[in-house]
Amino acid sequence: MSEVRKKAEAAKEKAAKYGPDIDLDKYTLEAPEYEEKELSDIDVVDRERLLSAGVDVTGAERSGSFIQVDRSVIHAAPTQEGIEVMATRRALEKYDWLSEYLWSAVPVDTDKYTASAEINFQNGYFVRSLPGAKTVFPVQACLYLKAGDISQNVHNIIIAEEGSELHIITGCATDSPEARGLHIGISEFYVKKNAKITFSMIHNWAENVAVRPRSAIRIEEGGVFINNYICLNPVESLQLYPSAYLVGEGATARFNSILFAQPGSFMDVGSRAVLSAPETRCEMIARALTTGGKIVSRGLLVGEVEGVKAHLECRGMILAGDGEIQAIPELDGKVAGVDMSHEAAVGKIAREEVEYLMARGLSEDEAVATIVRGFLHVDIEGLPAVLKDQIDKAVELSEQSLL
Amino acid sequence: MLEIENLTVSIEGKELLKDISLSIAEGETRMLFGENGSGKTSLIMAIMGLGPYRVESGRILFKGEDITRLPANERASRGIGIMFQRPPTIRGLKVKQMLEIIERDGQDIDELAGSLNFTKFLDRDLNLGFSGGEIKKAELLQLLAQDPDLVLLDEPESGVDLVNIDLIGNAIRSLLQKDIHKERKKAGLIITHSGYILDYVEADRGCVLVNKTIWCTGNPHEILQGIKERGYEGCLTCQK
Repeated sequence: MSEVRKKAEAAKEKAAKYGPDIDLDKYTLEAPEYEEKELSDIDVVDRERLLSAGVDVTGAERSGSFIQVDRSVIHAAPTQEGIEVMATRRALEKYDWLSEYLWSAVPVDTDKYTASAEINFQNGYFVRSLPGAKTVFPVQACLYLKAGDISQNVHNIIIAEEGSELHIITGCATDSPEARGLHIGISEFYVKKNAKITFSMIHNWAENVAVRPRSAIRIEEGGVFINNYICLNPVESLQLYPSAYLVGEGATARFNSILFAQPGSFMDVGSRAVLSAPETRCEMIARALTTGGKIVSRGLLVGEVEGVKAHLECRGMILAGDGEIQAIPELDGKVAGVDMSHEAAVGKIAREEVEYLMARGLSEDEAVATIVRGFLHVDIEGLPAVLKDQIDKAVELSEQSLL
Repeated sequence: MLEIENLTVSIEGKELLKDISLSIAEGETRMLFGENGSGKTSLIMAIMGLGPYRVESGRILFKGEDITRLPANERASRGIGIMFQRPPTIRGLKVKQMLEIIERDGQDIDELAGSLNFTKFLDRDLNLGFSGGEIKKAELLQLLAQDPDLVLLDEPESGVDLVNIDLIGNAIRSLLQKDIHKERKKAGLIITHSGYILDYVEADRGCVLVNKTIWCTGNPHEILQGIKERGYEGCLTCQK
């Protein structure tokens, strides 16, 4: 047994630090297998459900596509020179060196979910931009739950080689809003010298799906990592807390998250950044909106060397009486000369703001919708247009909750 | 255009304005003086239908219609506009988006913004981190887009530097159609402490709010001079 596997076995029962504990035995690893196909021939997924997670099944304006249904990779191919898109298992066979990257950023014994991903490994995606290559369009990756009560365990590795630029849109979805299941997704990102990764993740799960992504990002000198995370649809239980390690001089990380919790949803979402090299920068912006669900919005900035700069902002809006938002920003300055700050605010829509817009002629409903839309609007680089529709839908839903 | 009849307004049971009667004609510009906390802002907020103000008695007529119980947006759509002294920040709502929502007559927003030297703020969140002068400009731009028949201005010159006061003064002149003499329609009610705005906007009359009510009405320059010389206490002893 390998060292990694031994560690995984030892962590099999280890509860996660955050989020409700999930009984993994409730789910099955069994699911029908599907064949790999051309994008245009894919018929086992619901295209509408994919589209609302930002995945375009025509592959138009994409530099490559990856789709995994339950445990089967049904499509994995780049459409641009210098970009690699393949199943993780295949990539591990092709590249001996890749095993060095596996479980290098995320410790395998983090908790029972990382352990499960190792023990029950069911593929995932490998996306890499070769030195100097720049994606013209984003690469899209989709993880899709179809079989009932499935436990999906994927491991993704994303590498932007020196001087390259990679934009990935990951859309996660279920086959129907009634689907039950568990998604465990390990994602390890490596941003090499002067490279850039923009990673937009759109979750379009279902009310009975539990989700436990485990991600970490290693950013080298002059590298940039931008993480956009959007979850506007109901989810039973979601907990994620990606960690960025800014290890090279001048590395930059930016995290934007937009969360909308409807009644019955639980979301515990945060981002963590460890700034351990000179001149590193990090910015985190979170917007949390609830009409009855619970959101825990975390953020942790760790400044380990002099001259680092980081800011964390979390704003929460509770639209209905029984919603709950906890904003937990943390700063950990380990030396003098770090410049780190946070601001957090949780509240309801200010009456003063509604009246201000009413004085300009907007009806009360229009004023509320305008404020909510503004609240959810974060200047996000590289978000697909479908997201605008999603945000509009969230605004509409939140309006209904006020009536 | 605006008729206020025996208006008494309270907030949380506390009387703020008592038995106020005030009439502003079409084309008229009226100054409203009064010391800090005298209720000037409460009066224009009550006219606009804003805030936690409760009309206990009396009524407000606009163009002959009783608007006392109308919500603020209905008053706005009938032609009343207000410049807030301390407007709230609306995060994520760009100045330009706001102007597009407000404007009704197909005005050129870029041109309006250019006239106030405010173009580079069009993509900023409304009022977020704006200085005193920038807030005034943003407010005025919204009013220019809205083009109301009656404008309520709450201390339009406060916090504005000498360079910008010119721009702002002229924008207010244009809001009030000061270049039209015979058939001027637009009316205004302007709160001022310093009276600087009088250098830009010729006011027809002024009035003073003392002891919760309109104490006197007259030539705005004379009233301002009186206040400068004798303070607001002087108003109480002065013949009404």
